[in-house]
Amino acid sequence: MSEQSFLAGKHRHHGNIAERMVHGLQQVMEHALDAEAISATPGLLQQLDPRIKLLSLLAVLVATLLASQLTTLLLLFVLAVVLALASQVSISRLYRQAWLSVLLFSGMLALPAIFMVPGEPLFTLPLLHWHITRQGLSSAAFLLGRAEVSASFALLLMLSTPWMHVLKAMRSLGVPVLVVALLGMTHRYVFVLLQTASQMFEARRSRLLAPPSGRMARQLVASTSGVLLGKALQLSSDVHMAMVSRGYRGEVYLLHNFHTRKRDWCALLLAVALPLVIVWNHA
Amino acid sequence: MLSGDRPEKGKRMHIPDGYLSPSTCALTLAIALPFWWLAYQRAKRLLHTRLVPLFAVFSAFSFVIMMFNLPLPGGTSGHAVGMGIVSIVLGPWASIIAISLALLIQALFFGDGGISSFGANSLNMAIVGSLVAWASYRLLSAGAPLASRRRVIAAGVAGYLAINASALLAAIEFGVQPMLFHDASGTPLYAPYPLSVAIPAMMIGHLSFAGLAEMLLSAGLVAYLQRAHPALLAGTAGIRANNSQQNGSVRQLWYGLAGLMILSPLGLLAAGTAWGEWGAEDFANPAARQEIIQASGLHALPDSAPEGLARLAGLWSAPFPDYAPAFIHSPAFGYVLSAVFGAGLILLSLLLLARLGGKRGLPQ
Repeated sequence: MSEQSFLAGKHRHHGNIAERMVHGLQQVMEHALDAEAISATPGLLQQLDPRIKLLSLLAVLVATLLASQLTTLLLLFVLAVVLALASQVSISRLYRQAWLSVLLFSGMLALPAIFMVPGEPLFTLPLLHWHITRQGLSSAAFLLGRAEVSASFALLLMLSTPWMHVLKAMRSLGVPVLVVALLGMTHRYVFVLLQTASQMFEARRSRLLAPPSGRMARQLVASTSGVLLGKALQLSSDVHMAMVSRGYRGEVYLLHNFHTRKRDWCALLLAVALPLVIVWNHA
Repeated sequence: MLSGDRPEKGKRMHIPDGYLSPSTCALTLAIALPFWWLAYQRAKRLLHTRLVPLFAVFSAFSFVIMMFNLPLPGGTSGHAVGMGIVSIVLGPWASIIAISLALLIQALFFGDGGISSFGANSLNMAIVGSLVAWASYRLLSAGAPLASRRRVIAAGVAGYLAINASALLAAIEFGVQPMLFHDASGTPLYAPYPLSVAIPAMMIGHLSFAGLAEMLLSAGLVAYLQRAHPALLAGTAGIRANNSQQNGSVRQLWYGLAGLMILSPLGLLAAGTAWGEWGAEDFANPAARQEIIQASGLHALPDSAPEGLARLAGLWSAPFPDYAPAFIHSPAFGYVLSAVFGAGLILLSLLLLARLGGKRGLPQ
C-alpha cells in the first residue's frame, strides 16, 4: 500500500535503489507531460475559464464535505464521471490515477471501521465473532466516498488546466501575488531539480556493479540529497542575480488575459448551487 | 511515492480530502495563517529580493526530497518530509514557507494530501514540524562545533521528534472527528476512529518506520554537509547570532503567547468534560454518567468508580482544580488566570532548559 496520489497507480519498477529512483522521478515528469497534453485537447472542461473552474472545484469540494447522505456522494461521483467523459479524460485514467490509489489507501484505512464503530450489528463473522455494524459500514462508505469524489474532481481540474492558468486563476481570486509567483517558480524548479536528481541517480546506476547494501543505499540517498541541496542553493543565487539584472526589485507583476463567457457563468452557477442545495436539504 | 522491492512502511501523513470536517479544515487554516504571515515578515526583512528565488528553489527541493524513498534497516523503506533538514539549513521561518508551498503543489498537482485539508497538513508538517525540528536541533547542538558528531545526532533526533510531533497532531485531528461530527444514528461522518485508536495507529508507524526515515535522512544530510558544505550549517548554528535579532524574536514570542492567553476562554465554549478527564465523583453523578456513556460510544459504564481511580484520586490535587482557583468566582477569569499561570511555568522551564543548554534557544 502506498500513499494516496495521482501517481500511485502507475507501473512499479523493480531493481536496485538507483534504478527505482530514476524510474520514479521520471514518472513524476511524465505525469506533468500527460496533464499538459490532455489540457490541450478540445473538451468541455478545457474550454471553461480557469478562474471559474477553480471556484467550481472549491464549491464541489465543499459540497463533498458537507454531504451527509451517501446518495449525494454517489451523485457527485456520477457528475465527475460525466465531466471526465465530456472532457476527453478516459475512465481508465481516472481509475488508474484517482480511484485505485484512493481505494488502496482510504479503503484499507476505512476497512477496520466496519467492525470497530459501535452500533447496530448487521451480521457476525463466522469464526472471529466480530460484528459488522450498520454505522461502521456507512462511516467507511462516507470516508471512501468523500475521498474518491474529491480526488476525481481535483484530478479533473489538474488534467484540464495548465498549471500556469491555475496560478493566474488563483491570483484573480485574491491569492497574494507573491504566493502565485512563488508557486509558479517552485513548479518550474521542481522539474529542474527532479531532472538533476534523476541524472545523479542515473550516473550512479551506470557505475554500480552489484546491488548496494542497505547502509550504502542510505548513504547514497543522503549524499544525493546533500549535493542537491548545494545545487539548489547555487541555483537560487544564480536565479536571483538573473532576476535582479533584469530589473527585479522585489515587486512581482503578472499578466491577466482571461475572458469569461456565458457558459462559464452557467458552470459556476451550477457548481455553487451544489453546496447550497446540500445544506438546504440537510437543514 | 517511489517504491520497488522493499515494502513501503514509512508512510507520510498527508491528510487527504474527506477525512476532516469543514470546520476542522477552516480552524487549522485559521491557525496556520498567522504563522505564514509571521514567517513571511521575518523572511522579507532578512532576504529582500533574494526571498522569491530562495524560497522557490527550496520549496522545489523539499518537494523532490519528499519523493525520495529511503531504504531502512530491516528490508523496508520510508519517505522523509525534510522539515528537519530545511529548518537546520534555512531556519524555521523559511522552512515553514518552503514546506507549505511544497505541500500545496503536492495537493494541487499530484493529489498527495487534500486541497481542503491543506491547512491541517501545513500546520502539522510545515509549522509544528519545522518549529519542533529547529528548537530541538538548537537545544541539542548548542555550543557544539560545526563539524562535531553531536550536530549529526542532534539533527537525527530533531528529524525524529519533528515527524512524530506532526504525526501526533494529525492523529489528534483524526481522533476528534468521530466525537464531534456524527449523524443522529451515531455514524461518524469523517475519520471514523476515536483518539484511543487514531493515536496508537498513527504513532506506531511514525515512532518506528517514518521516524527512522526522517532521522536517517536528517542525520545523513548533516553529516554530508559537515564534509562538503560546512558553511550551510553555520547560518542557523547560533554562532553568528546577533543580539538585536534575538530581542526581536523574544518580543514576537511574547506577542504569540499573549494571543494564546487571550484565546484561552475559547475552551469555555466547549460543552461538557473533555473525554477521559473524569474524576472518581463523576461515576456517582447520574448526569455525568450519562455524558460519559454518550461520549464513549454508548459503552456500558461500571456501577462505581474503578478501584484504581478511586485510590489514586486523592493522591495529588491540582493547584487550580477545574482551571479555577477557589477564591475566584468567575469561571472565565479563572480560566484566563490558569492559562497565564501555566504559560508562565512553561516559559520558565524553557528558559531554564535553554540556559542549561548554554544558548538562548529562540527562533531566528
